[in-house]
Amino acid sequence: MHKPTNIETSWPDAVHAQFRRVGIRQVGYVPDAGHSRLIELCQDDPGIADVVLTTEEEGVGLVAGAALGGQRAALLMQSSGVGNCVNMFSLLRNCGFGCVVLVTMRGEFGEFNQWQVPMGSITEEVLRLAGFLTYRIENAEDVDDIVGAGCDMAFDGNLQVAILLSQRLIGRKQWGR
Amino acid sequence: MLDRREFVRQLLTDRGGLLVVSGLGSATYDVAAAGDHPLNFYLWGAMGGTAMIGLGLALARPDRRVAVLTGDGDMLMGLGSLATIGVKQPKNLSLVVLDNARYGETGMQASATQSGIDLAAMALACRFRDARTVSRIEEAADIRTLLHTGEGPTLVDARIGEDEMPRVLPLRDGHAIKQRFIEALNSG
Repeated sequence: MHKPTNIETSWPDAVHAQFRRVGIRQVGYVPDAGHSRLIELCQDDPGIADVVLTTEEEGVGLVAGAALGGQRAALLMQSSGVGNCVNMFSLLRNCGFGCVVLVTMRGEFGEFNQWQVPMGSITEEVLRLAGFLTYRIENAEDVDDIVGAGCDMAFDGNLQVAILLSQRLIGRKQWGR
Repeated sequence: MLDRREFVRQLLTDRGGLLVVSGLGSATYDVAAAGDHPLNFYLWGAMGGTAMIGLGLALARPDRRVAVLTGDGDMLMGLGSLATIGVKQPKNLSLVVLDNARYGETGMQASATQSGIDLAAMALACRFRDARTVSRIEEAADIRTLLHTGEGPTLVDARIGEDEMPRVLPLRDGHAIKQRFIEALNSG
């Protein structure tokens, strides 16, 4: 079985603690090596419904439905997944649904697979064009502060917030030899 | 074939606390024509996302029944969500596909269901508890019961006629539709 290598595992606990603090009850995700620890934490949390998506675009609808029902939701995706969501993001903006998206970056610092580069290199710009506030995290010690601030802005102000977790933070994915 | 307006009207008769999400285009007009209601969340875009909005809502409010009414084009664009819903098995979620086998908003071009692509069979393959195809108005009462008491997830592929109906245009401001829905849900 292929196991992701060189994945930093301390910061996901800080993200999960912030999810708990702000009362996130649904988390949608497409499985991802960089998010693997955080996904496990959410799966093990009885207060969070974890929803495995077939495409990230589904998660945008999930967030909107959760909000209609009075629950806060977050999405976890890779930078490639941002591209799968673009039209659906209009739902968040048209209705003012607060949303936090955590994006593990590919196609940047130390990327081994050039097929990730075209989407990874435009991810932040695409998010901004779609109406998101974007914040980028390079260092693990900033995760708690920035994720907490991003969640507060999203849910207190019904804003769309994307937090980009840089490839330096999550660790370079390498060919498993 | 079903008269879409009459079918939807019968489904939403005496709807009680039913929460309704309608897909863009004719499904939204049909739901509005059955009577505007604050617990209707009308979509005017976000094609392919209607079923997933239903899932998020059903997970957030397991104490309420959620009905998604949408067209075959919208359902086909979000086929993956059948698998996603099948994994979560929400007991309180029903999908009703108003299936005319055409893209009504763009000139009635054929959709995949016109070639025999079977949405009910897909739903069953995705572990929906009940999935059926209906085409007679006499079946509307059973489907209404399914929406209110059937164990979900369920999908109904409702074969409707090709006739275009007069447009009935409800609220279009997304913030207003959302706010009205949330306030109505919070007040009971």
